[in-house]
Amino acid sequence: MAVIRNGCESCADITCKSTLEVLSQDIAKNVNTAYDRVRSRGMSACLFGSSGTCCRNCNMGPCQIIDGVEEMIGICGATADTVAARNLARIIAAGSASHTDHAREMVKGFIATAKGQTAHKIQDVEKLHKLATLFGIEIEDRDKNEIALELGEKALAEFGSQDDEPITMLKRAPAKRQALWKKLGIEPRGIDREVTEMMHRTHMGVDQEYHNLMLQGSRCALSDGWGSSMLSTELTDIMFGTPVPRRAIVDLGVLKSDMVNVTVHGHEPLLAESLCIAAQEPDILELAKKAGAKGINLAGVCCTGNEILMRRGIPVAAGFIQQEMALATGAIEAMVVDVQCVMQSVAQVAKNFHTDIITTNYRAKMPDAVHIQFEEHDAMNSAKAILTKAIGNYKKRGKFFIPEKTKSDVVVGFSHETINYMLGGRFRASYRPLNDNIINGRIRGVGAIVGCDNYKYTDESHEIIARELIKNNILVLATGCAATSLGKAGLMRPEAAEFCGESLREVCETVGMPPVLHMGSCVDNSRILIAATEMVREGGLGDDISDLPAIGTAPLYMSEKAVAIGQYFVASGAQVVFQSLPITGSKAFNQYMTDGMMETYGAHWNIAEDPKEIARIMIEKIEQKRDALGINKKAERVLFDMEMRRDLGSGALSDVGCHGVAGPR
Amino acid sequence: MSKIICSAAIRGAHKIIDMAEAKYEEAVKKYGPEQEVGFPNTAYFLPVIYSMLGAKVNNIGDMKDIFQECRKLLPPLVTDTMWLPYLAPALDAGMATFFAEEMFEAIRYLDDPGFYTKTEDPTGGNLWLGAADDVVFRKRGVEFVDGTAPGFAAIMGAPPTKEIASKIALELQEKNLYIFMHDHTDGVRMSEQLVANDVQVGWNTRLVPFGPTYTSAVFAIGFACRVALAFGGVKPGDYRGNLIYNKDRTFAFVMAFGPVSDEWYANAAGAINWGFPTISDFDIPEVLPTGICTYEHVVSNIPHDEIVQKAIEVRGLKVNVTKIDIPMAFGPAFEGERIRKDDLFMECGGGRTAGVEVLISKGMDEVHDGLVTVEGPDIKDIQQGQNLPIAILVEVAGREMQSDFEPILERQFHHLINYIQGIMHMGQRNIMWVRIGKAAVEKGFSFEHFGRVLHGKLHQEFGAIVDKIQVKIYTELPKVEEVQELARSVYEERDKRLGTMTDETEEVFYSCTLCQSFAPSHVCIITPERIGMCGAYNWLDGKASFNINPTGPNQPIEKGECLDPSLGVFKGINDFVSQASRGAVTDLACYSLMTSPMTACGCFEAIAAMLPQCNGIMVVNRDHTGMTPSGMKFTTLAGMAGGGAQTPGFMGVSKHYMTSPKLFMAEGGLERVVWLPKMMKEEIAEKLKERCAAIGKPELFDMIATEENGTTEEEILKFLKEKGHPALEMEAVM
Repeated sequence: MAVIRNGCESCADITCKSTLEVLSQDIAKNVNTAYDRVRSRGMSACLFGSSGTCCRNCNMGPCQIIDGVEEMIGICGATADTVAARNLARIIAAGSASHTDHAREMVKGFIATAKGQTAHKIQDVEKLHKLATLFGIEIEDRDKNEIALELGEKALAEFGSQDDEPITMLKRAPAKRQALWKKLGIEPRGIDREVTEMMHRTHMGVDQEYHNLMLQGSRCALSDGWGSSMLSTELTDIMFGTPVPRRAIVDLGVLKSDMVNVTVHGHEPLLAESLCIAAQEPDILELAKKAGAKGINLAGVCCTGNEILMRRGIPVAAGFIQQEMALATGAIEAMVVDVQCVMQSVAQVAKNFHTDIITTNYRAKMPDAVHIQFEEHDAMNSAKAILTKAIGNYKKRGKFFIPEKTKSDVVVGFSHETINYMLGGRFRASYRPLNDNIINGRIRGVGAIVGCDNYKYTDESHEIIARELIKNNILVLATGCAATSLGKAGLMRPEAAEFCGESLREVCETVGMPPVLHMGSCVDNSRILIAATEMVREGGLGDDISDLPAIGTAPLYMSEKAVAIGQYFVASGAQVVFQSLPITGSKAFNQYMTDGMMETYGAHWNIAEDPKEIARIMIEKIEQKRDALGINKKAERVLFDMEMRRDLGSGALSDVGCHGVAGPR
Repeated sequence: MSKIICSAAIRGAHKIIDMAEAKYEEAVKKYGPEQEVGFPNTAYFLPVIYSMLGAKVNNIGDMKDIFQECRKLLPPLVTDTMWLPYLAPALDAGMATFFAEEMFEAIRYLDDPGFYTKTEDPTGGNLWLGAADDVVFRKRGVEFVDGTAPGFAAIMGAPPTKEIASKIALELQEKNLYIFMHDHTDGVRMSEQLVANDVQVGWNTRLVPFGPTYTSAVFAIGFACRVALAFGGVKPGDYRGNLIYNKDRTFAFVMAFGPVSDEWYANAAGAINWGFPTISDFDIPEVLPTGICTYEHVVSNIPHDEIVQKAIEVRGLKVNVTKIDIPMAFGPAFEGERIRKDDLFMECGGGRTAGVEVLISKGMDEVHDGLVTVEGPDIKDIQQGQNLPIAILVEVAGREMQSDFEPILERQFHHLINYIQGIMHMGQRNIMWVRIGKAAVEKGFSFEHFGRVLHGKLHQEFGAIVDKIQVKIYTELPKVEEVQELARSVYEERDKRLGTMTDETEEVFYSCTLCQSFAPSHVCIITPERIGMCGAYNWLDGKASFNINPTGPNQPIEKGECLDPSLGVFKGINDFVSQASRGAVTDLACYSLMTSPMTACGCFEAIAAMLPQCNGIMVVNRDHTGMTPSGMKFTTLAGMAGGGAQTPGFMGVSKHYMTSPKLFMAEGGLERVVWLPKMMKEEIAEKLKERCAAIGKPELFDMIATEENGTTEEEILKFLKEKGHPALEMEAVM
């Protein structure tokens, strides 16, 4: 039976089975979770804050603005539109900054790896060569580490670049989109620079025109999507291996009663990868045995979980909202955290148990946690120190409860490269079958479900949307905590094809894939940009991302990063649907965000609270794109005679059946 | 669902690779790694491996790396639950299957040299022909290039009865497809069913019994790979280019009869890489979503009377067949069929009786379209073995008709009459010869059917220039002699006109891009004195073809200013070639081997190559399989000259060009020719002697060496010195 958390109007019922199981145990009765705090706080969110019209950018205020009431503009005269736009722009800047700082660490780790200073090595040489070529680096007859070093240094330089040249990876976007960015003057230059400029322009008395503010908002977000996030994804792949399909398990049931449970929580996989290596070292295993444990059970939480899930098949115990529930099992010896999305409460929850919260990054400390600095240059010793600490706790484990049966099998690892391969094999790898089956209507389109989870709406939001989409023959791509949630719902099993509409099921069964494809962590949304670009390049679905029958959603979003992601999707031409945005207090700006942006970017934000309504909007938008592409009309089978084959070389027949050899492959 | 198929394909691939690898290890022990191994007479090594991986398997030891590659490609078996995506692994497994089968078959050639006949037709009770060698491949390849054969059906197993087998074979033949037959169903083999039902099998009837086991399916795939290499200019190792080329251009499919084994699934999965789908008569799962093949990937449970139609629809092929209303089957697939003595009912012409065929143009009011008359006894009036004289007089009229087109239309008689199943036609003009088979007579053949065929097909192919066609057939001697007399004067007139036509007298040359469906960057230039290197299209053909289809593959080109009369460089030609080859070729010399020679698609009758030591040129025809003084066989030379690339010193030529006054003019003409295969020299002897006389050197004919005088440059040089060949005295070309 669902535990109803009363006293909170907007807080939804908990429906997540493992959460319910854990919270109903005796050992969890003193655990205070986000749900409890919502209740005990006893007040609903500030109306000005949630509608985006509280301005505290200078010390004349704070000013609460009421749109349409002449007396209620800011002391400086700022209107509701200006204030809401500035606030949103700052959210984007914060989100981008987070991805950027994460990416910077990855690039530095990459450089250290190329220099042989870490426990890692360059694994995906093919991808290294591809990226190096993009950056104009010579690859012929060169050692992989030498290439990697040059690539790493060039990548690092993009963060602080001061000239006005666009960042390198913009070149990967469809030509038409690049031209649009150029025309709008929003090609990102230095990655850090765009955040700085955004912060500057939202300072008191600088940019006070919301269209103009959002141009920089877009540029800042693009520097994240096509800049830092993409760099992070790609260099991490080169270093730790590009994900390939593999089986894994998710949910709290992955914790082991007879092993040292170490959960890795946060975002940067450098630490987690080192822990993975260290956990297999004989001395560590020996130590664990001595402590009476059968071994070390690493399990992921939040996006670190997704990183090691994708690349190593290491189980994910929990998404963001379950981080406290994981601790409430009493079965975790240590929760090792780095940056982003770590609730301060975890250290308090841990106090009920033998668990240590180990912070590892100088940038992210908290009271009541143990700090063991993770030194990349001495990664193995850092990792071992952390594990040793955890092992030391094993004997102290008291009563615990693991919902052992509550776990779900998943197939993960759907990088852009995996999708390319799985549709045609080594010799015919391409997106052609995806495009073909979208054109012929077996797949209506692609829906991305990304982002966090959040107490505000029902835990099942992701699942409801995903089920609705696949039932309507829309293929779902997922990242981040949304992906973890869909995995728990069983939709990442290949057998879940049975929940699809008939024609999507047929495609899933042909390929052997689940209808919901796990594409990675939240920085890996850059993979979706590449996948979308590849769909454009493959042909038959228009010549820009804005032509594709594809749409994204981040229901249950919590983090500022999700807003940055949303904006780089929109600026790249993809529509998004969110459950809320703090802009409703400004009429004109709200209108611009949810409609007017269409004219500028060919995409805009959509807002809907109910998951079913979100799904409905997604389906509707996809069908509109299909109509615009003219692929909703029944196409007759084209049979080729000699004349038509002769024309293949001239590319004259690119719009019929087999798509000839027109264009480079 | 396709999980069953992919699981089976991967299982099958494991079995096949294990089997082939065991065979390989046995062979290493038996023969040692240095032992040479390969398919007969080919420059493409083991063609699937060569085209996909760029690897040349020359000896058994070379197979080691390929087996490693197979193992790398071979995925684990598909699990019952929580499977990983299996489509791509199954396709990879299918590819590895072909690599393994190719090596298996290559070892079979070594272990059991008599297993395959290595001929075009079955011999001495052995049905199994084995891999097509390069002679067969190039000859048949031309048909793929010019569209007379759009593709092939790779058959696995056999239909339930010989009658059904024959019917399906006939239907496929009528769609102009090649039929490659492999393996058996419950011990029954389709080739044997056909033979038992008196159907002629072999390359000539396009019913090719490749082998009795499933592993010979790799010969079909190897054939497709070579089409891309030889005609498409696809480079070895460019696997993607080769596969996409075949998907778009070679309309092949797998047709499977009866239960499908794991091994068949493995082969079918492999074929999907080339865009070749599988159509089965059995109740197996289907794979309908598209993307790798043009349309569906596996379609099953198709009744036998629909299977051919379904197959070409799934493959996305449109075959334009005009129904000719005669009781015998009709189509290009029957062109090569032979009427042997035992099958013969009667014959006309060919020295046995008088025979003549001629086409003339007349005024519009003099021709009654569709009129076909037979004067004299018809088949029904005679006994078996009673031969008759014959004259076929075709009279045509049309507003666009020109007397220049008469010989072109007339030349069609040969293949059009040959298209009739049970009829064999040879020669032309007054040396024509037709044999009427018993099978045709049983079906109700009448001489009138020749008229029906000529009327129908000439209308279809030349509708743009002829409006009316009437056919008069005579089988009484006086009438035949009358037509012979008329024909003689027509021939005389024609030859005179052709004889006076030179490259100088005509301002317009014709392009030929007929093969661009297969060789996208190649363009032929046809001049009055240099016919297409395929030997099939002369200047008049180009002219007629342009009249028939003004936007078609033959375009008139104003030759423009002559920039070099000896090389044969014309401004207009350069401009055209540059544009038509999309910039690949910017300069073209019509009469030179060494400077900007003409490119080739790959379907040339012969290849000319420079012999530097001899200071002369050798020419080798397609049918000569022996070594040449260049150190290369025809097949290797063909690789140098084909694929649309300009390679000075190597060039495709037609046999006809060998006796043209413009032959190698830039290099000194006929006097530069030092070596020809005996077969070719004899074939063109009469005209060659004429040319030698015409240039004032009748003794030259005997100075041209053949393989009897040697097959190395040293031997030839010695021979030339003995004979005092003029080439030795000429200016050095290299």
